[in-house]
Amino acid sequence: MLMKKGAEANLYLMPFARVLHRAGEGKVVVKHRISKRYRIPEIDRQLRESRTALESKLFSDAKRAGVPTPIIYEVDRIGMRIVMEFIEGRQVKLVLDKLGQKARRKLCELMGRQVARLHRAGIVHGDLTTSNMILTREGKVYFVDFGLGEYSPSLEARGVDLHLLKRALQSIHFRVTEEAYRAVLSGYQREFGKGAGEVVKRAEEIGRRGRYVPKEERAWH
Amino acid sequence: MLCLGIEGTAHTFGIGIVDSRGKVLANASRTYVPAKGGIHPRDAAQFHAANARAVLDEALKVAKIGIEDINLMAFSGGPGIGPCLRTAATAARALASWLNVPIISVNHCVAHVEIGRLTEGARDPVTLYVSGGNTQVIAFDAGRYRVFGETLDIPVGNCLDVFAREVGIPHPGGPNVERLAREGKRYIPLPYVVKGMDLSFSGLMTEAVRKHRAGANLRDLCYSLQETAFAALVEVTERAVAHTEKKEVMLTGGVAANKRLREMLRFMAKEHGAKFYVPPMELCADNGPMIGWTGILAYKHGVRHKLDDTVVKQRQRTDEIDIPWRSG
Repeated sequence: MLMKKGAEANLYLMPFARVLHRAGEGKVVVKHRISKRYRIPEIDRQLRESRTALESKLFSDAKRAGVPTPIIYEVDRIGMRIVMEFIEGRQVKLVLDKLGQKARRKLCELMGRQVARLHRAGIVHGDLTTSNMILTREGKVYFVDFGLGEYSPSLEARGVDLHLLKRALQSIHFRVTEEAYRAVLSGYQREFGKGAGEVVKRAEEIGRRGRYVPKEERAWH
Repeated sequence: MLCLGIEGTAHTFGIGIVDSRGKVLANASRTYVPAKGGIHPRDAAQFHAANARAVLDEALKVAKIGIEDINLMAFSGGPGIGPCLRTAATAARALASWLNVPIISVNHCVAHVEIGRLTEGARDPVTLYVSGGNTQVIAFDAGRYRVFGETLDIPVGNCLDVFAREVGIPHPGGPNVERLAREGKRYIPLPYVVKGMDLSFSGLMTEAVRKHRAGANLRDLCYSLQETAFAALVEVTERAVAHTEKKEVMLTGGVAANKRLREMLRFMAKEHGAKFYVPPMELCADNGPMIGWTGILAYKHGVRHKLDDTVVKQRQRTDEIDIPWRSG
């Protein structure tokens, strides 16, 4: 069953037994990076393969850093598919506005802490939105998409991450943006420790720029 | 109402005459070609100053009007090369004062989108604007043209031109690279750089030059350079299309002349069920009519500029400009 059709990949929800082993139970998610006819096969293959490999590695390194991510069952670098655990829960996007103030603050602090863990592990997510996060019944928050992620220790990339999360809160959760982002930052600062202030400051600066690349880094301007 | 638009952001000095219904009465221009190397800002500006009168006379002659029939002046206020911008702005200010008509400073990138919307009848496209000076993916949202992706270093047209120059391909670089690329067969791996929604071409250019010096076949290299650069452009455009769910894709700028790039974008648009548009080449390249038409749109929707507002802005951004003539 097709769950989501993205620009780069399609997500399918499938029975474990059909995809991996007939003795298995439950469901898996198959992320298939689709071939693009507009580019030549050499480039197409190279991009899909390297991105499939990179994303799987980000998933497992994020988990090691203490951020819940789906278990990766299989990385198919020929079929360009990642087979991963299906996380049962609800998108944070759908629940954030409905929670009570206290529960919402707790959830946002947790999101902030997890972003900090990624950053400390040298990972930037690249696409932090509440639709990429799944809240489970046990209260864990899973990050389920690292398609735009990369390894980068740069202040700028980290600032962009926080800024993008704020933007997502502004556009989808506009009624609670202020308190939600404040809670995210408080969780982030507590977890990140020394140097967090710098990242938060950079995120603010990025917000003021209108877009997230500093002019001095554009050679042409 | 007749608007005279002056374009002068880089190597083209153009004058267009447009009426308020969008009819282009004249599109005259002269283009500075450096004797060697890239655009020299001072030489280009001197070229513009020396040719301004001839271009103006030609435009008026083609439009069959007198200068006193002009009711509105528009000029390219930025972004672009400082001395060129100032030359065009000076011409516009002088004419506006002498004719005693209002003057409007127009953003060059917005003008590229608007002339395409006019001639192609596109209503709300995601636009890939690619030239020697700019590389942007632009789409309208909440009152402004937003930049959904852009180059972090050199524009793609510059990448092709500099590569051509470095490996001894004669002027014009882009079209000659395209011609050679058609005979290329073997793909030589080159760095493909998409960072989030943004692009980078400087490493690609350097590596292609290095591969040439290491003895790679020039035709294969041209082919590989184009395929790599264009795949990145189309990918970023596709992301904007998927994100905005717009049903139109437009290609403009000087690099829009490239047939392979057109073909790739057409493929992508089709996969998303989107219509694909390319304005006629004389309106894809830098031109006066686009400035004139955008000036009319702005003026009709209440934009007024005093002489103080006509200071040119070399780094003016597409997403700084309010677009009162579009809703939403």
